Amino acid sequence: MADPMRIRAQAQGSGAVVRVLMSHEMETGQRKDAAGKVIPAWHITDVTATHNGKQVLAAEWGPGVAKNPFLQFTVKGAKAGDKIAVTWKDNKGDTRTDEATVS
Amino acid sequence: MKTTRRQTLQQSAAVAGLLATSGLFPQHAHAWTNAAFEAKTVPDALKAYGGGAPTESKDVTLTAPDIAENGAVVPMGVATTLANVKHLLVMVEKNPFPLVAKFDVSESVDPNFLTRAKMGQSSDVYAVAITRDGKALYAKKEVKVTLGGCGG
Repeated sequence: MADPMRIRAQAQGSGAVVRVLMSHEMETGQRKDAAGKVIPAWHITDVTATHNGKQVLAAEWGPGVAKNPFLQFTVKGAKAGDKIAVTWKDNKGDTRTDEATVS
Repeated sequence: MKTTRRQTLQQSAAVAGLLATSGLFPQHAHAWTNAAFEAKTVPDALKAYGGGAPTESKDVTLTAPDIAENGAVVPMGVATTLANVKHLLVMVEKNPFPLVAKFDVSESVDPNFLTRAKMGQSSDVYAVAITRDGKALYAKKEVKVTLGGCGG
């Protein structure tokens, strides 16, 4: 199981700014180890977010996203106390969901 | 030069070996969810999302540094003020696979996303908005990298 994400959601104007820091190796599949063997790709492929259970964001990522990915987006109409959950899935089938409350 | 039977056999074995290794590549690439991430050029990746020939637009904004000291972590942002946008893409032209990230634009989120990308070398970076009617509008910026991010 992967390490938890750090999510901050702050009400701002008519929505909430959500900042997510995920913990993931994001191996590109381009690098070689000391023995010259290619290190297989291992990266997040799908990212989704929900606002009070309703999906608001869908994204697809390639290996070009930096290690321990950062993501910032703004959910319209989210108020303090609302729940924002973020889920990622990687190309090995691992997945993780974390939730934060808008403050 | 006369080629002996032994040489011919060695050569064909070498070719078969090459084919086998190159054959491995698409196999692991297929683990991606979308053909767009396997595309090696910007137009190919756009096509996978139904985008036509890209045109430059002032309504798409790209935030990226002029110089990235560390190519492994380059902050990049895409935003648009256009109405009927379906996807927003972040692309680094000279990466082995240019498409970095695709965000679906919905009514519930602002069409404004920030993330961090890897860059193998100095390259043009694109923010592309793909509209519902298949247009691809982009903003471009050159980012210089002083330290490579995709070591090999």
